[in-house]
Amino acid sequence: MQTILEMRNISKSFGGVQALRNVNFKVEAGEIHALVGENGAGKSTLMNILSGVYPYGTYSGEIIYKGNHCAFRSIRDSEKVGIVIIHQELALIPYLSIGENIFLGNERAKSGVINWDQTHLEATRILKKVGLKENSHTLVKDLGVGKQQLVEIAKALAKDVQLLILDEPTAALNEDDANNLLNLLLELKKTGLTSILISHKLHEVTKVADSITILRDGATIETLKVNEDEISEDRIIKGMVGRELVDRFPKRVPKIGDVYFEVKNWTVYDPLIEGRKVIKDVNIQVRKGEIVGIAGLMGSGRTEFAMSVFGKAYGTQISGQIFKDGHEIKLNNVQQAIDNGLAYVTEDRKTAGLIGIEDIKHNISLSSLDKISNRGIIDDHRENEVAMTYRKKLNIKSASIFQKVQNLSGGNQQKVVLAKWICAAPDILILDEPTRGIDVGAKYEIYTIINQLAEEGKAIIFISSELPEILGICDRIYVMNEGRIVGELNKDEASQESIMKCIMQSNRGR
Amino acid sequence: METGKKKSANLEGIGYALRSNIRQYAMLIALIVIILFFEIATNGVLLVPMNVTNLILQNSYVLILAIGMTLCILTGGNIDLSVGSVAAFIAAIVGTLIIKQKMDVTMAIIIGLLIGAVIGVWQGYWIAYMRIPAFIVTLAGMLMFRGLTNTILQGLTLSPFPKSFQMISSGYLPDFFPFFGSKLNLTPIVVSVVSSILLIFMQLKKRRIKIKNGTEVLPRSLFLVQLIFTILAINLFAYALAVYKGIPIILVILGVLIGAYHFFTTKTVPGRYIYAMGGNEKAAQLSGINTNKVLFFVYLNMAVLAALGGIVFAARTDSAFPLLGQNFEMDAIASCFIGGASATGGIGTVIGTIIGALVMGVLNNGMSIMGLGSDWQMTIKGFVLLMAVAFDVYSKNKAK
Repeated sequence: MQTILEMRNISKSFGGVQALRNVNFKVEAGEIHALVGENGAGKSTLMNILSGVYPYGTYSGEIIYKGNHCAFRSIRDSEKVGIVIIHQELALIPYLSIGENIFLGNERAKSGVINWDQTHLEATRILKKVGLKENSHTLVKDLGVGKQQLVEIAKALAKDVQLLILDEPTAALNEDDANNLLNLLLELKKTGLTSILISHKLHEVTKVADSITILRDGATIETLKVNEDEISEDRIIKGMVGRELVDRFPKRVPKIGDVYFEVKNWTVYDPLIEGRKVIKDVNIQVRKGEIVGIAGLMGSGRTEFAMSVFGKAYGTQISGQIFKDGHEIKLNNVQQAIDNGLAYVTEDRKTAGLIGIEDIKHNISLSSLDKISNRGIIDDHRENEVAMTYRKKLNIKSASIFQKVQNLSGGNQQKVVLAKWICAAPDILILDEPTRGIDVGAKYEIYTIINQLAEEGKAIIFISSELPEILGICDRIYVMNEGRIVGELNKDEASQESIMKCIMQSNRGR
Repeated sequence: METGKKKSANLEGIGYALRSNIRQYAMLIALIVIILFFEIATNGVLLVPMNVTNLILQNSYVLILAIGMTLCILTGGNIDLSVGSVAAFIAAIVGTLIIKQKMDVTMAIIIGLLIGAVIGVWQGYWIAYMRIPAFIVTLAGMLMFRGLTNTILQGLTLSPFPKSFQMISSGYLPDFFPFFGSKLNLTPIVVSVVSSILLIFMQLKKRRIKIKNGTEVLPRSLFLVQLIFTILAINLFAYALAVYKGIPIILVILGVLIGAYHFFTTKTVPGRYIYAMGGNEKAAQLSGINTNKVLFFVYLNMAVLAALGGIVFAARTDSAFPLLGQNFEMDAIASCFIGGASATGGIGTVIGTIIGALVMGVLNNGMSIMGLGSDWQMTIKGFVLLMAVAFDVYSKNKAK
């Protein structure tokens, strides 16, 4: 095999912080090379250097691509030689068509006048290549995330990509779409495309990668080759965290009390599409000190269910009853839900959980201002105390409570969201994908916090798309599919297979 | 060796504190530089006691509007374009009541403020509950209330107002300490000395509590410099007032408003809600904040302050006229942005806006004294606005 890319002794620092230290990274032509590491290990920085986001001269070390020394000054430079990066946040314009998006910045044009026939003709050809059965005139906003990701790849192919970099391409995809995407990568590999895959999902990495490079704290730890080394998820994790992670889930002896929280005959309609039921007659109950999981594929209605229960933050024509400690409660808005002891940790911390431009202190106190204020006037010292207490308790790594949360890593941001809700002293916590996009070490810490909350006798509803995690920490699991509860499994009878079986059976039963 | 280390750590602390507060300090420093520049360029006319008092009187209405505008911008970069027209409309109503209907001045002012509140309810309803963009609702308001002003005034100017009404903008507090028979009005001096002592005690106490609680504080040297400069500025300002006619009534109104809104935005729960909403509305909603209510209140408040601005301006010019309040909204908006408010919401302070408004005010006044034409004045003001925001964006990018 031939080396297509070699990055030698790459170092880069931001201000006084050393992000990369003498990183060496070598990619063979025609392989899928996975790049793994915890958040902040330097994966994105390395790829941003490679693609010219950080221009030549702002880092030290050399990049050799196809035998030539490269000095990219912008993304344009790197794209010219066929290096294309697809960022985690999709860069598509929602109100433009697929075809327009594919050739955005790369228009099929003669002296500035766009040839639309050629644009859509070529777009159609590329769409076929990536296996997307959509008309190239369709607007991107009408596509699901999975299909949008395929459009991104099509866009890369339109640029005659030789080396494709994918930054967490499956983070927002459900299992099916993710598998689709990975298979597409394998397909494209056959045509000679080289790709670099950044992913937190190790089962994906072990599935498709030919080589795996592990970064930790801005340095290369090792590169594993599929044919030569023995590769297992544990081996990779060990490299990533620098120690043997004996157990991915902290141990806990459940102390489960009486039924505490109950939702009966819950039905919710879509607020945008009239007459479409999103949640259909759902019944669940949670006991004190119990962690109850809601498993299901993306789009199965878990988030919609949780938000509709949380003070009708989603949906219309909501019907059903909610009981807390045997008494029916009415939750007509979020404030009422909070007053009745509910907390909802959102699935998307950036857009719905945190106020990025504000500091840790203000974020933590946001839902508990009545507790730290007197007749509407906030007690500053008390607020500081509370914030400092939770910063310490949840081990939020930051310079101080005055650090803006947008500058924290994903794991620490999630801890701030948790702190906000723990501070509100709820009895019932609904956690929606609380570990999405955060690294193994931080996940462990979050599981520990959740276990502590259960220990204190709180009722916890845990929503996650990652089955191993649900199996690892829940005492009981509801399986949701298409807005219905299609199964209820105790810890001892639950397994990935039994959960998937519930979903499959309900699909067949339709 | 030891002390050397300590010193460098100290310096580092100062550097950090400066960097983290650069925006606030930068505008304050810019204000001081602008003041010094015009002081020299006008051969000392700028800071002549009479002119210092004039600066306050001239800019009072902008300060009042800018305070309300700050809250609007904080909620998410929403601006209120109608303030100038609302000010004119209320001035026309109050003018008609007082001059034509011979109504009692206090009564007329109360009615004017109440009508301002009704306008606020009207615009707030569309903005907060119907979620029509504030830009559009207030653009409509700008046209509507300008039109209604003309209807009420029938294109004519109402004048003169009784003395008691003019007092709002041109009256002074009586001298409570007429000792020595001196020409000096001692009231401002007594007030400034007392408030300086209070300030020193409060700042020291706050610092002590913060240190006790382990919260970060400014390094001691910087803290002292800040304190000394503040006290110096207050007392020099008071001296200037004392030499002229004493404390203008409008300054008292402004002081109360600034103090109240500073307190409201920094120390109260609803104030925090405004910041939270501007920072991330969805997150604020899911934290139990009724953002519709916040938005409604902010526009209600803005309209009442616009009404007050109209009354103050009418009192100053001793007339209500159809074109009153034109471009007031632009001055208010510019003050907020120069003062560090973010165009996307969630960032900005009342104090920052006041500094921004003073920058604009000193520019206006200084250039007028220099005899610069209004064409150049506008050009320079526009340029300053752009530079202030450009600096803001630049320093934020650098911080990243």
